[in-house]
Amino acid sequence: MLFLAKENRLTPSALLEDKAGVELQRISDIASIPDYPVDSHYPYVKELQLFLSGRQLLLEEIPFALAIIHEHVLHGYVRYLPGIVFHDNKYQCQRCGNDEQRLFGSFACARCQKQCSYCRKCLMMGRVSQCTPLLTWSGPEPAFRFPNALAWEGTLSIAQKEAAEKIREAVESNGDLLVWAVCGAGKTEMLFYGMQAALTLGKRVAIATPRTDVVLELTPRMRQVFPTVPIASLFGGSEERHLFAPIVITTTHQLLRFKEAFDVMIIDEVDAFPFTADRMLQNAAAKARKQGGTEVFLTATPSIEWQRECAQRKRNHYILPARFHRHELPIPKFVWCGNWKKSLKKGRIPKKLLQWVLQRLKTGKQSFVFFPHIQLMEQSLPLFQQYHPDIQAVHSEDPNRKEKVQQMRNGKIPLLLTTTILERGVTIPNLDVAVLGAEDDTFTESALVQIAGRVGRSQNDPTGDVSFFHYGKTNAMIRARAQLLRMNKEARKRGLVD
Amino acid sequence: MQLFIKEYCLYCDGEIAPQIDWGSFFLGPEKKLLCESCKNRFERINGATCRICCRPMEQIAEQFQHDDLCNDCLRWESNRKWKHVLNQNSSLFVYNDFMAEVIARFKYRGDYLLVQYIAEQIKPLIVKHSFDYLVPIPLSKERLYERGFNQAEAIGKAAGFHTTNLLTRVHTEKQSKKTRAERMDLEQIFRIASQSPAIDGKYILLIDDIYTTGSTLRHAAYVLKAAGAARVQSVTVARG
Ligand SMILES: [Zn+2]
Ligand SMILES: [Zn+2]
Ligand SMILES: [Zn+2]
Ligand SMILES: [Zn+2]
Repeated sequence: MLFLAKENRLTPSALLEDKAGVELQRISDIASIPDYPVDSHYPYVKELQLFLSGRQLLLEEIPFALAIIHEHVLHGYVRYLPGIVFHDNKYQCQRCGNDEQRLFGSFACARCQKQCSYCRKCLMMGRVSQCTPLLTWSGPEPAFRFPNALAWEGTLSIAQKEAAEKIREAVESNGDLLVWAVCGAGKTEMLFYGMQAALTLGKRVAIATPRTDVVLELTPRMRQVFPTVPIASLFGGSEERHLFAPIVITTTHQLLRFKEAFDVMIIDEVDAFPFTADRMLQNAAAKARKQGGTEVFLTATPSIEWQRECAQRKRNHYILPARFHRHELPIPKFVWCGNWKKSLKKGRIPKKLLQWVLQRLKTGKQSFVFFPHIQLMEQSLPLFQQYHPDIQAVHSEDPNRKEKVQQMRNGKIPLLLTTTILERGVTIPNLDVAVLGAEDDTFTESALVQIAGRVGRSQNDPTGDVSFFHYGKTNAMIRARAQLLRMNKEARKRGLVD
Repeated sequence: MQLFIKEYCLYCDGEIAPQIDWGSFFLGPEKKLLCESCKNRFERINGATCRICCRPMEQIAEQFQHDDLCNDCLRWESNRKWKHVLNQNSSLFVYNDFMAEVIARFKYRGDYLLVQYIAEQIKPLIVKHSFDYLVPIPLSKERLYERGFNQAEAIGKAAGFHTTNLLTRVHTEKQSKKTRAERMDLEQIFRIASQSPAIDGKYILLIDDIYTTGSTLRHAAYVLKAAGAARVQSVTVARG
């Protein structure tokens, strides 16, 4: 879309009656975009407000006629922003923050009839190029209050209660907080009171997570405990038409479509791939939060930098060292198993691992064996199947991934070989885990803590075996074990385990 | 001379390991567009194919092979209207899952830059043909605005050829909603563009991203033949 910029007024070309002889410009070439003051007497369209408030969208993403949208622009309720800016000889994408120059391309554009640069980084959400305006709502936000919306009868453990209190404080004081809670601490419940506090104050809340699975799991839970509050659930491919909701549960990716929307931003599993690796998602989370809003990070495995900041008290944090069922965390055993790659290539499962596996097959206790690489895992599968035909393997690109996990839950699979894809999220009640090649680089401290965290999750079976089979100990292995031991010690000190 | 400029894969953005051999030592490293693992996901069409549509014979059950023709082409060729309309199609890659991903990202998402690799690959195939005009299959006005560029034209140009828009689209019905028979007999989708140069007696090479049923290319060929073209061939990146 092009604009006529004349006398401090922008008009989209599609709304011009006479285009002959006028000079049309791209949004990114217009030196100063007029700033219309909000006309408080203007009878704005409520549905547009509900749709666009806190968002930053392409024209194609807004189901209202351009004429209506533009009327709102003229009255100060909607703004056009350039999608791409060119500054200091550098392109920058205004939607995802990308400024890596190799991630821009340009083409002879049929829309603007010019060489048009576009962002390749956030392409999957619809292309943003130099002739693409982004639209935001600049009028009043929808107001809401939901006091006493929490309909939850459960109780919190002492530690959960403390964490919940910290979160509530952060929400009320616009502070930031890191909640470092071990796997199985029961972190969802800890959020309820803080969220209620936000709803009472009319603050909008986002729960963002890198993983779609978590969005799908969290949404029904939140709808159940806040039955009267509209809750939006957003992930790639979700059909849900967005309407303003006080609570938004979303993948971090979908946050790219928001701007200064949330008073409270809760980021779950902040360390999970790809959030730590991807600056784009961090930009998205920062952009979607209102200035001065609250930020709450939840994680079982903070990065080394964050751990250090916690130790030096440079970061406001709360450590929850114990599981809700008041049993200690299982501590991994290190088992040296020689050159396991060589054994596998010769068609032999390393002896110590084989003993471990056979013992579990005999007693019928289910287990995971983690592998560092897909290929090695797939080559090894037949070796394992000699001992039990129902043994299966799963990896991130396996189309039957969900079915296999379900079969595991149903007890149909005695042992599942897996890559790090199952390191988090999957909870199977009575489980042992082994890691083969624990010294491999894929097994970071976080990954190993998460893997150990699969064991002993249920009240009825709170213990289990975690064995790291290795060909040389690594720092990551040592740090992971030390972290778990430290948590247990802290839990004992605070009387959080029996 | 910088030998170790980091290169990134155009598709997955992974770093490409620099390979230094004697050639690169003297000439500077050759610019690589894709990493090995992405490159290996393309499946080149090799071996026997249908003489007209370039479909690999190994994909066709025995009873549907008729000497060097596939069943579809036999049907087109035994129809009086369509006989000899499209003289021959050549395609580069099998339309596998990866190719589908690449085309979706290039054409529908509009990641124009992928044209670099596609053009580099298809260039030798275009060079093999002799033609007077390289003609991209046109998009409707609405599609062109939506996508921002015509993928077929983009490929031809990026491969270093001059393209000529001899055709325009008449109407824009979604193909998939029609049955095959309907598609074969559909009224004209294309007409000759108003300011096109002389076509009579010319050799035409059509270019498109993908050959699926062959219907689009045959419709284009039909109007060109009706306007006097002596031969109409086509090249596509993928054979669906
Ligand atoms: Zn971007
Ligand atoms: Zn443009
Ligand atoms: Zn690649
Ligand atoms: Zn054929």
